[in-house]
Amino acid sequence: MQPLLQTRGLTAFYGSTQALFGVDITVQAGGITALLGANGAGKTTTLRAICGMIRIAGEISFDGNSIRGMPTESIVRLGIAHVPDGRGTFTDLTVEENLRLGGYLRPSHPELAADMERVFGYFPVLKQRLRQQAGTLSGGEQQMLAISRALMLRPRLMLLDEPSFGLAPLIVQEIFRIMRRINEEEKVSMLLVEQNAKLALDLADHAFLIETGKVVVAGKAADMINDEGVRRAYLGY
Amino acid sequence: MDLLIQQIFSGLATGSIYASLALALVMIFNSTNHINFAQGEMALISTYFAWTLIALGFPYWAAFPLTIVASFAFGVLVERLLIRSFHNAPHLSLVVVFIGLLLAFNALAGWIWGFLLKEFPSPVRNLNTGTPLIAAHELFVLCVTLGLLAVLYIFFRFTTLGLAMRAAALNPTSARLVGIRVGWMLALGWGLAGALGAVAGMLVAPIVYLDPSMMIGILLYAFASAMLGGLNNPAGAVAGGLIFGVVENLVGTYLIGHELKLTFALIVVIAVLLIRPAGLFGKVIVKRV
Amino acid sequence: MITTNTASRLLTAAALIVGIALPMVLSDFHVFQATQMMVYAIAILGLNLLTGYNGQISLGHGAFYAIGAYAAAILMARFELSYFVALPLAAIICFIVGFLFGLPALKLEGHYLALATFALALAVPQLLKYPAFEHWTGGVQGIFVNKPEAPFGIPLSTDHWLYYFTLAVTLLVFVLASNLLHGRVGRAITAIRDQPVAAEAMGINIALYKATTFGVSALYTGLAGGLSAIVIQFIAPDSFTMFLSIFLLVGLVIGGVGSIPGAFLGAAFIVITPNIASDISKAATGAVYGLLLITFVYLVPNGAWGALTVGWKRLAGMTRRS
Repeated sequence: MQPLLQTRGLTAFYGSTQALFGVDITVQAGGITALLGANGAGKTTTLRAICGMIRIAGEISFDGNSIRGMPTESIVRLGIAHVPDGRGTFTDLTVEENLRLGGYLRPSHPELAADMERVFGYFPVLKQRLRQQAGTLSGGEQQMLAISRALMLRPRLMLLDEPSFGLAPLIVQEIFRIMRRINEEEKVSMLLVEQNAKLALDLADHAFLIETGKVVVAGKAADMINDEGVRRAYLGY
Repeated sequence: MDLLIQQIFSGLATGSIYASLALALVMIFNSTNHINFAQGEMALISTYFAWTLIALGFPYWAAFPLTIVASFAFGVLVERLLIRSFHNAPHLSLVVVFIGLLLAFNALAGWIWGFLLKEFPSPVRNLNTGTPLIAAHELFVLCVTLGLLAVLYIFFRFTTLGLAMRAAALNPTSARLVGIRVGWMLALGWGLAGALGAVAGMLVAPIVYLDPSMMIGILLYAFASAMLGGLNNPAGAVAGGLIFGVVENLVGTYLIGHELKLTFALIVVIAVLLIRPAGLFGKVIVKRV
Repeated sequence: MITTNTASRLLTAAALIVGIALPMVLSDFHVFQATQMMVYAIAILGLNLLTGYNGQISLGHGAFYAIGAYAAAILMARFELSYFVALPLAAIICFIVGFLFGLPALKLEGHYLALATFALALAVPQLLKYPAFEHWTGGVQGIFVNKPEAPFGIPLSTDHWLYYFTLAVTLLVFVLASNLLHGRVGRAITAIRDQPVAAEAMGINIALYKATTFGVSALYTGLAGGLSAIVIQFIAPDSFTMFLSIFLLVGLVIGGVGSIPGAFLGAAFIVITPNIASDISKAATGAVYGLLLITFVYLVPNGAWGALTVGWKRLAGMTRRS
């Protein structure tokens, strides 16, 4: 089966510092793939590279077509929704405006309203916050808004950059539960970057472990959880 | 008493012209943090364009909207063809580019249309407001500016495109991630600025006559008004323009005469800024260390 | 291997030799232009101290230029002082004015400072025309200054004498500025531009430094103004419009923000380019000038001096490799 997303020999630079040294990953359609690794290993850079936010060398294909060198706006149009680190919400705008922007590419009104209702099905709390400035939401609510904003695009692939960052464990559990529901109900594939490896491996079906800009281990999530050596050496639990 | 009211109204009228040009500055400042020093001269070209249309026999009410549309396109073109190539240049270099544009447009206007004063019509010149307190053109100027502000408010608050422009200005990276073409939003900002400047030019020309030096002073007043009200706040910029217009007029009439009123008005603005650095209505941007 | 330090000394020496020899080959008009250029270079250097090194933008340095010119002219014409005395006095007056202006300007940054200084540039010519001060300033008519002859019977024409006098002053103030900027004070000034919080934490008195930099910057630009009054022997308010301030900024950016020798290149640009523009088109000189300006910034966004050093390094790199 053809993978939904595939990178081959991905390299990237920040100025003169090389951040990626040939990253090969694949994301299967309908699945959740985790990208694990320590701080500074190149996880966030990989997501940015996929979205065309930085200059890269190597090959990236989405649905069999090369997306390398395309501007971010055009990659988004293909149905790739990125929830970046730091969440990327428009903190000065209201929750409603953030959601409207999420659906910017499909501005037909009835559809937009229906999509918003659908999103509130996952995150009912946002409905009560509709007129509130996004910057005044709690951390968990902001993360929910960020995911919802991405959902408004009706994406085929979601890139999630550390959705657990800075949140209380209970809230993280809730968000991850909802992410599984979204994956199943919306048939949206996910590429999840996480520092919390256990959390990610519980949710994902495949995983890639990267270290200093290279993939060092790849395989089924279940196998990785059970592999004592990998766990000790890289995941630290 | 009547003189005072007259002076206030006339201050409001000139103030609202500053306000329209200040709005134009805010359009570009909001998304790029640049002050377009050539805004006044772009407005000058627009006003000459309108003058030419009217000289060719177009009725005022056809020339007015046509000029606005053409000026919008002009603004978009300047951004797309020129300013865009400088988006990696240091800030001061861009200031010099704006100065270059100012000089070039100013000279171009003089070259094409000459340096003689030209009369520019007002659509309401022969109307009577029924009171000696305010002239018809002053009332017209006020209404047009307030109308513009309402249109802009509706555009930015309620339309998807307006929302996208705000998003692109607030956070370009996130805006790209929802599919907004940020580069075009900047160009649209330039277009709107061009259109607003055109209105300012067409409103002021009947008062001061049209000549190549018409907009230089007004640009400075607009600059000061925008800062007084808050560079990042369109409504504040309008308020700033109105306040500036009235203060300038009253000071000129009652206190120090007309030679020094510009100097005095600027001193007032700077004094205000020393007390409220973000302007009267501007949002304070907290710097994180 | 030539170190940067020796390279810059060699360059200075070469420039000085060219500078001394120049009047022997140039026509009187071109000598006058060269004098004018050095005067502008001093003014731009003053602006560079403030805007380039200290990060405080000024759209109003023409005002200090004007104050320097008027101070020197009034001291010479009304008090009959020699220009040897009038010039330093004018510079000191400008330092005081600049320092005092710099104190409130401390609270303003970026565009706000730009507006405040621009206001100063507009206010000064208006004040110079103001009838109440006409006794001193000569109002719209301006002031004539006596033609300064070469002293001690030196056999030089006035134009040549003024050229060498300006050259000596230029050399003096550039060496002083270079020493200032390469020392502890210079590091503090640039630290305030780049890392204000860290600078404060290191115990640098930011307020005092910024105001003093404003004063020194005004001193340099005012000195240039004073020199211009001596060189041209006539001043009037209309020589100091806001365009003067704008052209000084243009010269700074074109020459190179934060580079000392760049001031000469910037000065050359503002003296020569208007002539080139009017040679290209008499009717649309301003338009050509504006386009030249934009093209120049497009080609060398970091200024002429920056482009020259980059080019020189590439050339040096190429010869080393081959």
